[in-house]
Amino acid sequence: MTRKLRESMAPVALLVLTAVIFLAGCTTKKDVILATTTSTQDSGLLDVLIPLFEKKTGYRVKTVAVGTGQALAMGERGEADVLLVHAPEAELKVVKSGAAVNRQLVMHNDFIICGPEKDPAGIRGISSAPLAFEKIAKAGALFISRGDDSGTHKKELEIWKEAGITPGGPWYQESGTGMGQTLNIASEKGGYVLTDRATYLALKKNLNLVILVQSDRTGKHSPDKSLLNIYHVMQVNPEKFPKVNTKGAKAFVDFMVSPETQKIIGEFGVDKFGEPLFVPDAGKPEF
Amino acid sequence: MYVCPYARGLPTRVNTCNAATLSYRGGLVDLVYTGLIKAIRLIVARDPEILEITFLTLRVSGLATLISLAIGIPLGLYLAVAQFRFRKVVVGAVNTGMGLPPTVAGLWVSILLWRNGPLGSLGLMYTPTAMVIAQAVIASPIVTGFTMASVQQLNPKLRLQIMALGASPVQFWWLIIKECRFGLLAAVMAGLGSVISEVGASMAVGGNVRHYTRVLTTAIVMEISKGNFDVAIALSFILMALSYGITFILTVVQQSRRRL
Repeated sequence: MTRKLRESMAPVALLVLTAVIFLAGCTTKKDVILATTTSTQDSGLLDVLIPLFEKKTGYRVKTVAVGTGQALAMGERGEADVLLVHAPEAELKVVKSGAAVNRQLVMHNDFIICGPEKDPAGIRGISSAPLAFEKIAKAGALFISRGDDSGTHKKELEIWKEAGITPGGPWYQESGTGMGQTLNIASEKGGYVLTDRATYLALKKNLNLVILVQSDRTGKHSPDKSLLNIYHVMQVNPEKFPKVNTKGAKAFVDFMVSPETQKIIGEFGVDKFGEPLFVPDAGKPEF
Repeated sequence: MYVCPYARGLPTRVNTCNAATLSYRGGLVDLVYTGLIKAIRLIVARDPEILEITFLTLRVSGLATLISLAIGIPLGLYLAVAQFRFRKVVVGAVNTGMGLPPTVAGLWVSILLWRNGPLGSLGLMYTPTAMVIAQAVIASPIVTGFTMASVQQLNPKLRLQIMALGASPVQFWWLIIKECRFGLLAAVMAGLGSVISEVGASMAVGGNVRHYTRVLTTAIVMEISKGNFDVAIALSFILMALSYGITFILTVVQQSRRRL
């Protein structure tokens, strides 16, 4: 009986296998895998740029929006073709290791520290981020960290380091999720949070959070460099990872720094928020 | 600043909130209502993107369920009647697999399918096929478990009787399947229900790529993180309606010739 059964299962297994292989036939070199940070997707910028790129070049972009840490890790393993991320120091490490090439400055916006209207730690209007963090820590006021190795999380840890504080204790909570979700949590719990301006503006309508600390918006460069949020695009090195779609990745890098795209980036968000979410920087010197 | 009137006097909710928290400045009732209206509008207007996402959801989860039936029913039947030394070990593994977290399935399938992984040359990562595979992994133990349980519920004498009447193996299995069709349809529903509602595996191996691997659940997660709660609620209504519709049809089939 068991042998009969085994025999009768063989065609089923075969069927499953054929189905899988048949379905597998639909990937081509036309696909470009873009590993990027959640802020570019959550702010809606990619919804504008990606269709334009696809129409222009005929490539199909597979956008995988994860934290910058994961996006860089995907690049380091050769699992993506092109990266659009915002953690300059970590990026340089990846470039140095030889996993990424052709790194180009794309745009920046800034980080802001948000919190509840009543501001229990009294940080409103402080111009230095480390100082504000110090006050939050001293007051033991609730702070919600991304805790996910994203670009924003890396930036937050940098600021703590600058302030000379190792955050911990019941007032310091890690959400382990994306920026949008973290803002929601901070809003519900009445905590402080470090966020990029773009995601905050995009989600503002649902949040009980106000901007408490930000860099000077009038000057071209902020006085506190620690609050800059800088985005770079780079190709995953095809010499290290032969399976990478080099042409597609190069086309995407070229597209991101082209004058036309830069103009769209500079105007993105004006209609919805009354101010642009990103400042285009292609061709400018590094910060 | 507008403060949600429904949230006033509810400080405990604020303290116990988790990652899935919704904070919305408008009234909560308004929000759900807007979501429902939006869902109806999106369906009536045949919004192409919503249709695309819905059909992909059906295609991926439907195919995954079919594969899990092809694997799970024979395996469940076999495990129900077979006797071998490590049967309990295998059955225990199947029962554990019934609770396999989708994220875990997604992680394992990702490791297999990565470009530089063992099956990387197939180029399946971030494709609907990858999602079908991951979902089939999730649903197969569930179908197997349900099948096994429903066969084992039959009167053990029935087996002997069928065999004594000189049934061929095909006739034997056919009779067994007919006898436990309630349980088998329950297996179909449980399998489909588990994959149509999962998000962890689809996100991990599909990547929520627009126009390509975005399904209802991953779209809901994304819309929540974008702060578009009304759209997220609209999508959740569509998902629930879809899920109910399919289950209802299966239930009708299951209950149609109910003899008891």
